[in-house]
Amino acid sequence: MELKKVGVSGTLESSDVMITLEPGNGGIEIELSSTVEKQFGNAIRREILATLESMGVNNARVTAVDKGALDCVIRARVKTAVCRAAEVEYNWGGDGQ
Amino acid sequence: MSNRLRRTMLYVPGNNPGMIKDAGIYGADCVMFDLEDSVSLNEKDAARFLVYEALTSLDLADKEYLVRINSLDSGLGLADLEAIVRTGKAVIRLPKTESAKDVLECEAEIARIEQACGLPVGSTKMMAAIESAAGVLNAREIAMASPRLIGIALGAEDFVTDLKTTRSEDGIELLFARSAILLAARAAGIDAIDTVYSDVNNEEGLRKEVKLIRQLGFDGKSIINPRQINVVHEVFTPTKKDIDHALAVLEAIKEAERKGSGVISLNGKMVDRPIVLRAQRVISLAKASGVLKEGTYAQD
Repeated sequence: MELKKVGVSGTLESSDVMITLEPGNGGIEIELSSTVEKQFGNAIRREILATLESMGVNNARVTAVDKGALDCVIRARVKTAVCRAAEVEYNWGGDGQ
Repeated sequence: MSNRLRRTMLYVPGNNPGMIKDAGIYGADCVMFDLEDSVSLNEKDAARFLVYEALTSLDLADKEYLVRINSLDSGLGLADLEAIVRTGKAVIRLPKTESAKDVLECEAEIARIEQACGLPVGSTKMMAAIESAAGVLNAREIAMASPRLIGIALGAEDFVTDLKTTRSEDGIELLFARSAILLAARAAGIDAIDTVYSDVNNEEGLRKEVKLIRQLGFDGKSIINPRQINVVHEVFTPTKKDIDHALAVLEAIKEAERKGSGVISLNGKMVDRPIVLRAQRVISLAKASGVLKEGTYAQD
């Protein structure tokens, strides 16, 4: 899926993560700041990457500001940002791509 | 009629991860994630993804979860259904139901999605909120519209606005609507859930209102804050006196059966079918509330 513009989702409130997605052309770059970076930084990056991959996003610059979000919140916020950046409605019946 | 306890139905805004994460821990009988009024128009997509992901991954234990979707008319409801039905884990709560047609239209979409994603058709349950004069007048046809319905609920804020009045402390303006909804629910064999009590800081006002709706016959109440749970549960929990009487009634039935007698009496009064049914309901409510265990009153 191709990103057309900047897509933002989430908030800076506790238990949330704010995701900013920008179109890129050199694969996926992730800039993460998190209140739990030491313990969960790699896990958060993996979750973001896996979600982008599941939606067929291969090129993007991701800025993630995490406030202790659960995995399901990270997935939800990434999916929201992708749909906003790609200007598409999510296809619930398909494979999400 | 279902045996599931629905004394409290806790509203949780669908775009708030912190509240969604904690929603299950407060002890409400049911948790209702809201995609409708508590979510701003430009966050509808975000809330839909969040509730979907939460339902598919959080440990939901044996609690009942509902999702209040946007109406199909709003242009948002269909996407809500596409997401939430696929989880297979939530009752769909319809907002602003005005007629049986509203229920049937939603049901047709649910059935289509169930088929598309391989869920048994009919497995997704529904609940209809009635929030207008037209809806109250059609309460009976709404309650009877689908076997998927587990209950109907009153949404009073929109309803009183429709009536051109406001909510008062004694709730006189809601009496007809509550009675109509309750009768419709009972005739259909489904639950009746009362509207929210908006003043979170007024515990006595809440208690008074819960006593009223319990006396009317309601099964439970929608609530907007975990602080309201205990008050509602207390009012709905049978007293020791109620339970003792109910146990005595059930014992009298057994005694009559042992004697082969068709007539049951307790303390000189005849015990007939309605009394037996009430006693059975008191006992099941007492057991579900945790105050009666193996025939013993737990708070002794």
